Amino acid sequence: MSAARAAAGDPAELGRRLRECDRGAAPAALNVIEDRSARGRERTRKLLAEVSPAALGGEAGAHLVGVTGPPGAGKSSLLSALVGRWRELGRTVAVLAVDPTSRRSGGSLLGDRARIEHDPRDDGVLIRSTAAGTRMGGLAPPTREAVQALAPAFDLVVVETVGVGQSETDVEEVTDTVAVVVQPASGDTLQFLKAGIMEVPDVLVVTKADLGEPALRARRDLESALRALGSRDTPVVSVSSVPPPSGIDDLVEALDAHRAAIDLPATRLRARRLTALADFLAERGEAGLRALGGRREAERFLDSLHPALDAAALVGALEERASEEGGG
Amino acid sequence: MSDARLPERDRPWVMRTYAGHSTAKESNELYRRNIEKGQTGLSIAFDLPTQTGYDPDDELARGEVGKVGVSVAHKGDMHTLLDGIPLQEMNTSMTINATAAWLLALYMTVGEENGIDTSVLQGTTQNDIIKEFLSRGTYAFPPGPSMRLIADMIAYTVDEVPKWNPINICSYHLQEAGATPVQEIAYALSTARAVLDQVRERVTEETFPRVFGRISFFVNAGIRFIEEHAKLRAMSQLWRELGRERYGVDDQRYLRFRYGVQVNSLGLTEQQPENNVIRIVLEALAVTLGRNVRARAIQLPAWNEALGLPRPWDQQWSLRIQQILALETDLLEYPDIFEGSKVMDGLAAELMEGARAEMAVVEEHGGAVKAVDYMKTQLVESHRERVARIERGEQKVVGQNVYTTAEPSPLQAGEDGGILTVDPEVERAQVEAVERWRAERDEAAVRAALAELRAAAENESLNVMPATLAAARAGATTGEWAGVLREVFGEYRAPTGVEGAAAIPDDEALHELREKVDRLSEALGRRVKILVGKPGLDGHSNGAEQIAVRARDAGMDVVYEGIRLTPSRIAATAVQEGVHVVGLSILSGSHRELIPEVLRELREAGADVPVVVGGIIPPADAERLMQAGVARVYTPKDFELTRIMGDIVDLVAEHHSAAATA
Repeated sequence: MSAARAAAGDPAELGRRLRECDRGAAPAALNVIEDRSARGRERTRKLLAEVSPAALGGEAGAHLVGVTGPPGAGKSSLLSALVGRWRELGRTVAVLAVDPTSRRSGGSLLGDRARIEHDPRDDGVLIRSTAAGTRMGGLAPPTREAVQALAPAFDLVVVETVGVGQSETDVEEVTDTVAVVVQPASGDTLQFLKAGIMEVPDVLVVTKADLGEPALRARRDLESALRALGSRDTPVVSVSSVPPPSGIDDLVEALDAHRAAIDLPATRLRARRLTALADFLAERGEAGLRALGGRREAERFLDSLHPALDAAALVGALEERASEEGGG
Repeated sequence: MSDARLPERDRPWVMRTYAGHSTAKESNELYRRNIEKGQTGLSIAFDLPTQTGYDPDDELARGEVGKVGVSVAHKGDMHTLLDGIPLQEMNTSMTINATAAWLLALYMTVGEENGIDTSVLQGTTQNDIIKEFLSRGTYAFPPGPSMRLIADMIAYTVDEVPKWNPINICSYHLQEAGATPVQEIAYALSTARAVLDQVRERVTEETFPRVFGRISFFVNAGIRFIEEHAKLRAMSQLWRELGRERYGVDDQRYLRFRYGVQVNSLGLTEQQPENNVIRIVLEALAVTLGRNVRARAIQLPAWNEALGLPRPWDQQWSLRIQQILALETDLLEYPDIFEGSKVMDGLAAELMEGARAEMAVVEEHGGAVKAVDYMKTQLVESHRERVARIERGEQKVVGQNVYTTAEPSPLQAGEDGGILTVDPEVERAQVEAVERWRAERDEAAVRAALAELRAAAENESLNVMPATLAAARAGATTGEWAGVLREVFGEYRAPTGVEGAAAIPDDEALHELREKVDRLSEALGRRVKILVGKPGLDGHSNGAEQIAVRARDAGMDVVYEGIRLTPSRIAATAVQEGVHVVGLSILSGSHRELIPEVLRELREAGADVPVVVGGIIPPADAERLMQAGVARVYTPKDFELTRIMGDIVDLVAEHHSAAATA
């Protein structure tokens, strides 16, 4: 067995390396996290314990950004430009690109990384494609855990998903800032916003600014919809990924500004609790949730626990509680 | 004399051989011999760095210099390439697209410097970028600027080099990518329409009919040769319709459907390769039988294209097919033999109806440029169906899926295995040569010319041709010209078309395979993940796309990044994505250089994953690759994709259990 393999075999070591910003440990750590076998779950718990707030002595420093939008909106091209700009600013970036899974075969074609141009020798950029699993637009449990694992080692952790309407919720749960990407002349987002089907995102991005008038119109329409909803402060940024790219600096600024304005510990705490609940749900299903007395009850219970507990510990607490309730 | 005979025998079409390899000097010798053998036109094959705008010393050019064609880095190379060939009489076809403006400029410069009036030059630049996005992969710039380059060239040549065909719209590569006859007609004509719409803005109203008349086509002919002939009749009629109705062209001279042809390579087999000669002859009939739509220029592939690069003897054999057809048979003595044929007219009408409907769909997507995604997905889909039909034995291929018992072919018995091998030293020599060229030229003149080029590229109202010519004269290189334009226009990655491909219908073999993938995924703890990649500059991605789609249908997670990947990028992707196996596809013959490099990069990156390779790989090379550490090699004779997938799954399982017990 090679040295690389031996090191890759110890999950706690991988967790420690990520804690110390050793980005080379990231791919092997993700292999552990994606392993859904019982052994894999155990190893993941060990790994995540090393990057828990307790181990880090606080919240991880990364900015966790969700980028979501309908197919063809230009998310990947936008990310390509954004990653380039972040690198110029000296920031390291991990992108978790989530692609839909074929219901029939269980397989997926993961094509997004192809569109994110970067220097393969640059270890400041990591792109990992993952299959969404069976939930349309949702996040599979490994993606939530991957965000936690990578957060200490990168300046930015981006979760890119295909989202139309309601499915942004998952992304919103695990990230600090959600940017919804729309292309001009696609009325869906506008309708979803107005109808309240979609929550108002932290940042709205209108792509294809090079189209001129249609892009301007889309931006005006979104702004007026936001005003009508009382969210006049939500930034709407126009970008073009076609050379010469434009609006990318504005977007970087808008994302930074959002991050500066939020209550980070509270956001992260909520993310951990919702992740634990999602993980519990994935393992135990609706029956498990009923044993906890329903979703609201479960959330209330989680809120009563110590804020420094990591997701794995929270899942453990939920398990315990469920068996108590089930037994009693 | 009856109407059944022509008053005099027709003149034969222009006969060409698609040729060129290694250096300009070697290719020049080859051209001269081909002309002695009776070839009546030149057809220049450029290597992939030249086609995609990189100099021989660029990182991306590694392993590709002089491989599938000749390396032309500057006007000096072009002088050598054309030495002793009378350009004022020659009809030269250049298979060049993204860098077409540049290669035409080099050709014109050589003419000028030899004292020839460039207005007499005759020939064709392929220059069809849409089909590069769809099928062939040698694009360089994004769609918008690429279309502008084409429009600039057409607007320039129509007055300055009036006998030149500035664009040869290709249905050829669409068929190679799996297009049905209807798709071939519809997508080629939609491309023509997109080009004409763009050029119309750049020329005067009086000039436009002449522009229409300069548009020519490059078509394909497959083994269903009756239907293929009907296809040409349909295209010819639709072309007239387009000219009259959309563009108001009424001069008959300009409405003629003019095309050159290379017959099908997709259907040529690695097994019993001698059978390919028969296929080529029949396909040649498809484009010559009916006089009204006879090809104006023909080049035929060689019998051994599925094995490797053809040698001069192999190409001579294909040229002889043309000569016998034109000179020995009575083919050229009659008027159109299908005129009044109900069957032929019926077939053509059927194809026209289908093509009109498909062209309307392309229009709904906003025309050919915007419909690239749509068309690509349709092509991947058609090809997927074709592959599946052959796999199931519904489409018979003699020697491949039927009558497979055969004697060993004496044609492959020679020491060279029946193919041409390019000396790997060529690349090193070309690298040195281009460095020497740069050192010896007037650097200030080159800088000034490139600055001029940049200014022209940045200003959409200018035509880039004059500045391109100035750069060619000054001694700029292919990589420098394309480099300036890349900076101004940006780069581009074409859609892969795989994401929209439908799942194949379930059959028992696939069902079993899926269960196998599921079991292995359980054992691994996560779904089997494969990276499918194409190293090097080769853009023929059909095979890789089919592998990617089938792997998904088998239940794997598939990372597919498309074409033109450096070995370091493949290694980085394999590591970052945590894949269980890497599948590489190469058709350009650069596997000997690039595959070992990928293996080395993977080792250095600490990735312990098995690597499988598919492509046109001669047996001797396959052995060498296996020794270097490749786990499996697949060639065109391995046409059963589900079986290949099963094999790959076994490989991952073995590797996994070996690693677990190590």
